[in-house]
Amino acid sequence: MTEQAGHILDADVIAELHAGTPRGDVLEAVDVHRRYGSHEVLRGVSFGIQRGQVKAILGPSGSGKSTLLRCLALLEPLDGGEIRMEGRRLGVRDGEGRAARLSEATLARQRTDIGMVFQRFNLFPHLTALGNVMLGLTEVRGVGTAAARGIAETMLERVGLAHRAEYFPSELSGGQQQRVAIARALVMKPKVLLFDEPTSALDPELVGEVLRVMEELAREGMTMVVVTHEIGFARGVASRVLMMDEGQIIEDGPPDEFFSSPSQERTRRFLDAVRA
Amino acid sequence: MDVQIFLDALTSRALREGLVMTILLTIVSFGIGMALGLGVALLRSSRFRVVRAGAWTYIWVFRAMPTLLLLLFFWNGLPQLIPALKGPGYPAFLAATIALSTNEAAYAAEIFRGGLLSIDDGQRLAARALGMAPASVFRRVVLPQVVRVVIPPAANDFITMLKITSLASAVSLREILTNTQTQIATTFRFAEWYTAAAIYYLVLVSIFMVLQAWLERRYVWLSQREGAGRQRLSFLRGNTSAR
Repeated sequence: MTEQAGHILDADVIAELHAGTPRGDVLEAVDVHRRYGSHEVLRGVSFGIQRGQVKAILGPSGSGKSTLLRCLALLEPLDGGEIRMEGRRLGVRDGEGRAARLSEATLARQRTDIGMVFQRFNLFPHLTALGNVMLGLTEVRGVGTAAARGIAETMLERVGLAHRAEYFPSELSGGQQQRVAIARALVMKPKVLLFDEPTSALDPELVGEVLRVMEELAREGMTMVVVTHEIGFARGVASRVLMMDEGQIIEDGPPDEFFSSPSQERTRRFLDAVRA
Repeated sequence: MDVQIFLDALTSRALREGLVMTILLTIVSFGIGMALGLGVALLRSSRFRVVRAGAWTYIWVFRAMPTLLLLLFFWNGLPQLIPALKGPGYPAFLAATIALSTNEAAYAAEIFRGGLLSIDDGQRLAARALGMAPASVFRRVVLPQVVRVVIPPAANDFITMLKITSLASAVSLREILTNTQTQIATTFRFAEWYTAAAIYYLVLVSIFMVLQAWLERRYVWLSQREGAGRQRLSFLRGNTSAR
């Protein structure tokens, strides 16, 4: 990773991200509710993410951060509210008055513009690093094997793993696995990339290599939502920092403000606990 | 025990022909049984209660039936219920295949169910997050991992199937044991012929064990597969640790 040179994203993607494009929300949650049995995990969450923005979401465990990301990624049905991408409502078919959840096959197509990186990497153990990165291209994007291999090799090189392309996940360190997972999501050219505590399962000395990739992505203008406990990352990289508690967003501000003078007592207590 | 008679039995046409029939019945019944079992296992996790109940009932009934009873039922009972099955259009091989594969499917369904349960939820989640369609998720992500998990128990079932085909002697299918008994009926050389038949089964199972080791080696997900393979083959030394 140290010899990271050049960009992670394709040059044309970066150019497009930096072009003076309209600043509407790429992805938006509108009053999202989600229940597990009688427990309400999300209680009316609304927030949007603009193109090129990085939003960090902090909050205690059980506050609904991961559930929110899964809802944004269309991996979970909503019990209320909407997910919108570039103004278009996702996940449901607008029928006569009542909205019906789309079939899994149709949802799959809508998901291709949303990338997701998991806490436990979730690499496919039966495929090499290269195979993991290629799978979405060949199975979803319909790219031929040879072309997919080329794209995947390039992306692995950009995250510093060219020399590990033929290794299986079980032979890689946690940091390497997470970088493969990021590459796997990036080759799909998602409009937004969601990270669910991407460094929480890593040994401390491996956190840096993953964060550096994420920082580089942010610099290049990638639109990202990052659920994290890495205060340093949230402070240094995010354009907005959100605090979640008990299924709601209770604080939303620019990092300086968020960390120096949070408006909520709950946020202050959480930050004290995390910093301690 | 007459060595010459034993050697003659070992190389006899009767046993060679029986061997072909045994292998054929084993492979066909096992293949159909596994395919059917995978289907039943998938139905057991269906969204619909009726479908789940149907799959459960199948396993309940066919796992409870003695294989010999199934064989006799499909050979003698079924033609009584469906007269069209009387006569040469319904050979013993077909009856035996139905009996053995329906029985195997019940066991295979449980093996596959265990295999499916063993796959971490994160695997499907990651595949879905990539935008893969349900069929694609199953074929490319779930199934390869299930196959690896089910190889050892399925191989066990295969060996059981190989031996259970001898029950087809009850419906006079000309496999190894039927042909052995036919020879004994005229020669009365019990020990020689039974031992010869036993050798056939032993060799068959041994060959299969080599195949199983090869198959398991193919499912070792390491870049240095050769080294891992050698370690896997160490079952001969009673060491099954495979890192």
